[in-house]
Amino acid sequence: MRRNLTVGSILLAAVLAAGCEKKTSTETPAGSGGTPTTGTPAAGAAAPAAGDVILIGEVGSLTGAQATFGISTRNGVELAINEINAEGGVKGKKIAVRVYDDQSKPEEAANAATRLITQDKVKLIIGEVASTNSIAMAHKAQPAKVSMISPSSTNENVTKIGDYIFRVCFIDPFQGFVMAKFAKEHLKTTRAAVLRDTKSDYSQGLSEVFIRKYTEMGGKIVATESFAQGDTDFRSQLTAIRSAKPEAIYVPGYYNDVGIIARQARELGIKVPLLGGDGWESEKLWELGGSAVVGSYFSNHYSPEDPSPRVQNFIAAYKKAYGGVPDSLAALAYDAARVGLDAMKRAKDDSPEALRDAIAATKDFPGVAGTITLDENRNAIKPAVVVQVGETQSKYVATVTP
Amino acid sequence: MSDFIQHLINGIAAGTIYALVALGYTMVYGVLKLINFAHGDVMMVGTYLGYATAFQLGRAARTSLWGVLLIFLAAMAACALMGFVIERFAYRPLRDKPRLTALITAIGISFALSYGFQLDFGPLPGAAPRAFPEVIQPVEWLVIGDREVVVWNWQVISLLIAGLLMVSLQYLVFRTRFGRAMRAVSFDHRVAGLMGIPTDRVIAVTFMLGSALAAGAGILYAIKDTAVQPLMGLYIGLKAFVAAVVGGIGHVPGAMVGALLLGLIEEFVVGYTASSWREAVAFGVLILVLLVKPEGLFGRPAAEKV
Repeated sequence: MRRNLTVGSILLAAVLAAGCEKKTSTETPAGSGGTPTTGTPAAGAAAPAAGDVILIGEVGSLTGAQATFGISTRNGVELAINEINAEGGVKGKKIAVRVYDDQSKPEEAANAATRLITQDKVKLIIGEVASTNSIAMAHKAQPAKVSMISPSSTNENVTKIGDYIFRVCFIDPFQGFVMAKFAKEHLKTTRAAVLRDTKSDYSQGLSEVFIRKYTEMGGKIVATESFAQGDTDFRSQLTAIRSAKPEAIYVPGYYNDVGIIARQARELGIKVPLLGGDGWESEKLWELGGSAVVGSYFSNHYSPEDPSPRVQNFIAAYKKAYGGVPDSLAALAYDAARVGLDAMKRAKDDSPEALRDAIAATKDFPGVAGTITLDENRNAIKPAVVVQVGETQSKYVATVTP
Repeated sequence: MSDFIQHLINGIAAGTIYALVALGYTMVYGVLKLINFAHGDVMMVGTYLGYATAFQLGRAARTSLWGVLLIFLAAMAACALMGFVIERFAYRPLRDKPRLTALITAIGISFALSYGFQLDFGPLPGAAPRAFPEVIQPVEWLVIGDREVVVWNWQVISLLIAGLLMVSLQYLVFRTRFGRAMRAVSFDHRVAGLMGIPTDRVIAVTFMLGSALAAGAGILYAIKDTAVQPLMGLYIGLKAFVAAVVGGIGHVPGAMVGALLLGLIEEFVVGYTASSWREAVAFGVLILVLLVKPEGLFGRPAAEKV
């Protein structure tokens, strides 16, 4: 029984759903110069010049439990679009993006995707971060033949929904494999426990692969416990894990839960490192976890310590626009928008099929978070990095290749 | 064995928080026959007020005894005021309307608060969870064996504060003039009014008391689980409501027993079976209780008034 579900089933029946649905929508104008001046004006003077602007859509969690994910993603997409517009846009047209907030909820993500498709008539959708939400959106985008690129949903099933659904990041089996290998070979552990979030496809996916790979490599899974995102008391699960005496605990959750889990683990006297996935990536991890998260490890898409000019230029541009170092989610969102718009340039005509084929043909695209080649399952093939949580930021530890 | 004791401690800590929130539900239901679904969100607001006060005080002042007291009192007073305002402007105008109208208003207030607090401007907090400052410096109060059982000072302090609040409430309801008025209004507010009891004032004060308790519970909860976020109230509120029903809604000690029971069952289900069964087993047991005793553990079987 969880808050969304319970409130949904018990209370929501009595409430007009429309009354409490928050309709946040922001539109970034092309560049900063307002209406583009190229091309002939549209027929009606009052009507917006639809012919001059290509509208793309984005769905993200700007509010709700994983709000920092959505904000980073929005910034990354915005930055990519501003750069493309400054370079002259796509086929002479400027790009504008319409962003809808899904409050970190799958049902809202699906609604937002439907609105983008039917009302705003976008050609391309960027989103979401959380796999559960991306899956909900993909079920709307696929039948409508609208190409969708998820920047950072790593659950395998996201792109299995259809041939219009793509991603620019690696997938969960790979993340689970990376951490299993890291725990076994780098940390030299033989006993691991798993604490997973039963409410998220992402966490389930990572856990399954971790358990399988770790066991195959000769390790032993000594305890498997679960929670549901939004819980704040994990002491009972941690007490049970403690008595199994693991050497590492795999917690592939999101930062908001992990910070609290780390604190309670240390409070109960658990000293072994926690291991996780890219869902840990947020400045909030330190705020919520304090010193308890320091020394733990997680797999990630990119490290801002990468010296290559491509990465450093991106970081400089991002800092200038938004302040602060971009996290992986911003980098992946930037890549997703870049890949999508690059495909639009290459597409032979305006049809949805042409755009789909152009995205699918992406090969050796120089992304900020690694070079992107899409395989036949529309997933990106690229290496992962493992970083260690330090006092104020995470430190690069290792790169694990597929 | 040591795990058993640790689970027991965890369960009591969780149950105490449910209890303080459950008291607010049960009191308001007692006087008004209204399920105040906004109660959990009042708790959330109280927690944020405690958070704001703690930040205003700064690191040194908030860990002093007076600092902690001030955090509690400021949040409880402000929430009492908020309870008063909600009652006066949202529920009182609907008192003679069908009960469903007030219930829907309560749900509306609940959503308005939990989503309103996600707006990110000015002093409002924004959607992301925040770390609650350590108002009680954590010190191990009791350690058994090789850290097999750990009890922290804040767990003991929280239990004492919760106990004090519950005992004060019990005294107020059963030993004071105002408590007698409250019980009279609960029995029948029209007749109580005819007897010269100022029902409006009694109901308003009941709301204020419940809201103040919720604020106290919220801060204890934030000390325990170290984070605040705008949706926290929905979830705890719902569990506390269930605890109040199991204890016999309208019955003050019943709410406490129901809440402790819920906290302990949840803890032991996770500790000794699979953690994903927690809610299923916990609520299953509670349904069984209600099947055997529909009026709740302590509730009086009431003849339906026609």
